[in-house]
Amino acid sequence: MTFNDPFGIIVVKVLGIFVLLVLMTLFTIWAERRVVSRMQHRIGPNRTGPQGLLQSLMDGIKLALKEDITPTGAHKAVFLLAPIISTGPAFLAFAVIPFGPEVSMFGHTTPLQLTDFPVSVLYVLAVASVGIYGIVLAGWSSNSTYSLLGGLRSSAQMISYEIAMGLSFVAVFLYSGSMSTSQIIEKQTSVWFILLLLPSFAIYAISMVGETNRAPFDLPEAEGELVGGFHTEYSSLKFALFFLAEYVNMVTVSAMATTLFLGGWRAPWPLSTWAGANTGWVPFVWWLCKVFAFLFVFIWLRGTLPRMRYDQFMRFGWKVLIPSSICWLLIVATARALRNNSTMDTRGLLVTAAVILLVVVGISAVVERQRIAATERDEAERGEREARSRRLFPTPHAPAAASAAALEPGEAHDA
Amino acid sequence: MRGAPAVSAYLPILVLGLVSFGFAVFSVVAGALTGPKRYNRARLAAYECGIEPTPQPAGGGRFPVKYYLTAMLFIVFDIEIVFLYPWAVTFDRLALFGLIEMVLFIATVLVAYAYVWRRGGLEWDN
Repeated sequence: MTFNDPFGIIVVKVLGIFVLLVLMTLFTIWAERRVVSRMQHRIGPNRTGPQGLLQSLMDGIKLALKEDITPTGAHKAVFLLAPIISTGPAFLAFAVIPFGPEVSMFGHTTPLQLTDFPVSVLYVLAVASVGIYGIVLAGWSSNSTYSLLGGLRSSAQMISYEIAMGLSFVAVFLYSGSMSTSQIIEKQTSVWFILLLLPSFAIYAISMVGETNRAPFDLPEAEGELVGGFHTEYSSLKFALFFLAEYVNMVTVSAMATTLFLGGWRAPWPLSTWAGANTGWVPFVWWLCKVFAFLFVFIWLRGTLPRMRYDQFMRFGWKVLIPSSICWLLIVATARALRNNSTMDTRGLLVTAAVILLVVVGISAVVERQRIAATERDEAERGEREARSRRLFPTPHAPAAASAAALEPGEAHDA
Repeated sequence: MRGAPAVSAYLPILVLGLVSFGFAVFSVVAGALTGPKRYNRARLAAYECGIEPTPQPAGGGRFPVKYYLTAMLFIVFDIEIVFLYPWAVTFDRLALFGLIEMVLFIATVLVAYAYVWRRGGLEWDN
């Protein structure tokens, strides 16, 4: 594939990507409200437009007509810049996402992808990291306790899960021998990487939910603790920009999952036997289906799972995801070296290793749960004992241990 | 891909950047122009569930040291990942040498990881 488009085609592609992302955002917000409503036995927005489809657009217009508030004591320049820093990079990541094979566009044959270079996955990671600055700066510049805590939490959360995410990519690069997105898809012609590298996909799928601050990992905006998190103080279109960035990021991580593990725009198995399935504009449909499947899972998770506690969330990231992804990476590298140096078929070996790894992680999770439950039981028993001793020797304003020590000399005097 | 002029590969990103940042700037400016402006001291105060806002020291005040620790651990592992990427891409060419080298490198990082774990650096509540 070559990327030597004339300037006109580049502009058409850029505008296409931009419109697609905005439309997907509007659609996903609507779909989320409708699907979550169904899951909670409600109806959801169904008044504006057919089936309520125009609801998110109308909400955007309503937000534009609201007062634009800059709280007193806010750092004005940074407060203004933060939503821009958050939104701009969110779109940029889509420059290297392949939507389909080569198509003809106004008489030019060109791949359905804006651009590609040898380090495009690294570029996506880099651009996504810039988006974190928007959130941190929004929290810091608002001059509000809730915003500051929300911004800090989300930065700590995103960098923690970015490590697990980055490590899950390594196995893909091992198998594709390239970091360019179009090459990675080319290497998945015979078999998708999700089948070969299931643990990598599982780790990526978990960390992408943490990375986008979505339920059950939506701690930066835990309403019960932090009101709205980092965007508590934002109103009007600035708030809308943060909302847009969040949903574009969801689409981005879904598109990355599709590209790296689900064969990108390639047709799924029974359909791929049809000769026309992987040529022209048709593959764009497969791409859309795969991305919407991921977006549905995001919505499903939000409708199903309760929010995690922050310490549980960090423990899970640092003590489960990172060590297991390093283990899996070593297994994959060894299997690959074996395959290169002998005639062995390592696929069976990889599947066995994946199963063993999942079992080990599962068992250690159960053991850890029991250990935590035991500690909590011990603490409850100790509390109970202390409460009982306080009832036996009622000494107000003194801790139980001190009062017990003070009693003994008194008894000696009496004797 | 190889041999294509580098500038043409990066030019589309510039155009997409212009469009997306342009849209963001436009929205921020438009939001300030389209909305009403009615001065109200209470509305401009930082939101704090109805009570008087806690005064914040300049620069955002102090926050738990845990966040610094997380950031430092992140740098350690992020650099590890940066080393792993080119290694993974050229793995087939490096052959067995690459595998052994990387096992040694990961083992070194794991020693630090085990140390941090033992010292309670990965516990959020303590």
